[in-house]
Amino acid sequence: MSSLLHQGRASYAFFERNWNLTKRYLAWEIVWLVYNIVNAMSVTYIGASAQLITGVKINTSYLILYLLIGTSVWSYLSVTFEGVTDMITIERWEGTIEHTFMAPISRFTHLIGSCWYAVAHGLLFTFVQLIVVGSFFHLDLSHANYLTATFMLLAGSISFVGFGIGAAVLPLLFTERGSQMSYIVRAVLLLVSGVYYPVSVLPGWMQPLASISPATYVLNGLRAALLNNQAIWSGEIWSNTWPLIITGLVSVPLGVLIFKRAERYAKRTGRLKRNG
Amino acid sequence: MAIQSPEGAQITTDIVIDPTKDAIEIVGVSKIFKKKKPLVSRLLKRKKEAGKREVRAVDNITLTIKRREIVGILGANGSGKSTLVRILSTLLIPDAGYVRIFGYDVEKNERMVQRLINRVSVEASFFKKLSPMENLIYAARLYNMPGAEARAKIRSILGRLGIPKDRIGQPLENMSRGMQQKVAIARAFLTAPIVLLLDEPTTGLDPRSKIEVQTFVRELREQHDATILITTHDMDEAEALCDRVAIIDQGRIVAQGTVEELKQAVMERMERTTPVTMNEVFMHYTVAHLITDAEIARYGSWEKAFEAFEAQKEDEDE
Repeated sequence: MSSLLHQGRASYAFFERNWNLTKRYLAWEIVWLVYNIVNAMSVTYIGASAQLITGVKINTSYLILYLLIGTSVWSYLSVTFEGVTDMITIERWEGTIEHTFMAPISRFTHLIGSCWYAVAHGLLFTFVQLIVVGSFFHLDLSHANYLTATFMLLAGSISFVGFGIGAAVLPLLFTERGSQMSYIVRAVLLLVSGVYYPVSVLPGWMQPLASISPATYVLNGLRAALLNNQAIWSGEIWSNTWPLIITGLVSVPLGVLIFKRAERYAKRTGRLKRNG
Repeated sequence: MAIQSPEGAQITTDIVIDPTKDAIEIVGVSKIFKKKKPLVSRLLKRKKEAGKREVRAVDNITLTIKRREIVGILGANGSGKSTLVRILSTLLIPDAGYVRIFGYDVEKNERMVQRLINRVSVEASFFKKLSPMENLIYAARLYNMPGAEARAKIRSILGRLGIPKDRIGQPLENMSRGMQQKVAIARAFLTAPIVLLLDEPTTGLDPRSKIEVQTFVRELREQHDATILITTHDMDEAEALCDRVAIIDQGRIVAQGTVEELKQAVMERMERTTPVTMNEVFMHYTVAHLITDAEIARYGSWEKAFEAFEAQKEDEDE
């Protein structure tokens, strides 16, 4: 009981610390939010202009919502991923990494403590982005099921956290450019998950990669919820939920395991130290 | 014996230790860092020349520290002091030998050791945008201290270390290096560790602050039965604070004992009738290699031998 209380307190320590950092870096948060909004608008305007570009009459409203869901999920994934991988990069840069790693807490507590703030931060960030970008377009949300959409986003978060923990190994092992190296994981997810297009347009050899990406199922589920009013218990949503459950159950423990191995290697080779 | 820490963190209240055991036991510890050459130069050079360069940072060190002792590790920059402290802090795994804290192995019983120790490093490592209070609350929660209790204790410790009240909520980046280092010391004291590792804690502090920190270190030993390992190259500090010192050079302990014992030994070796200073003791043991009787005879005196070896060392460095 006492140990559980300790781990709970420690987990909250990461949440509180990251919230304090967000407040102190508010200007950066605003810049990052504007950057994401501008990016999302640029992509969504492709949908608005599709009829003009092709000269063919298409359902522009559907396409806009299709792309907007893509940009929102991509933004959520990026912010959450950034939050998870940054837990090492920022600590290395500030020089606090040694103090955090010599604290008497389990690595699971450390990682999950950092991740639940990243998820909350990502959800809030994406919600604001969605409101702002949505206000620029006439969105047809008459077929939207918001409960299902929230459920899919939360179900996908667990897997995103697992993948994020796995990617956080890169800044742990590569002291100078590890954070940038973790971008490759995000880039591959962007390519194969059908963020802006159906997975079926990808070359045949690339399509199996989509089936191991949690973003694929989150996007499918969100589109079914917001474009086709699918309920949580519908067959279409379930077909995207169970792969997410499995991916989450596998990716989080696997991510923590990989991280622990990497930590041991870092302790053997002296990489667990401040940078600069 | 359960650790009594009336003002301390929750973390140590349920730990049982054997007070008859040595607080720190370092046996045959070595650490070698292998530094890879850049990929391009590895590809261009022949196989024999390519590969890794080895740096023996800690070389077969054995040292025992008793409970409530304050022991100083004296060494030049790059002598291996910080590597040794990082091994004790569970941040590095030694290549050979073992380290035990009150019988708990730093590698096998890592979590237990982490509950017993805390550390102050030469750099005050903080989230610089956050205030001392925000940084210390974060540390306190990691060591299982409730928020309200931690806040009261943080104010008390920072006040005693001379941090003005109005600075406690301001970002650390606006503080001088000396003040930041005091906050780092407060962070270690906050958890009332029973083994405190101080890695050049007073480097960069003004004389008054140094004395304040030294007083606080002694207090920690007196009131909390703490055992303290301090690395420094401030000989006055070592003399003022340490029960025993060990001099480390090129990763090896070349001398250890009380300050008086070491002074006496060097005085005899130098055939002096006047007392030697700790600076002279340090220079004697960390010169290019230990000056032997044969070398004193060869050069005519200890001073001449010392000068000759220093000149030789400078030539080699060039």
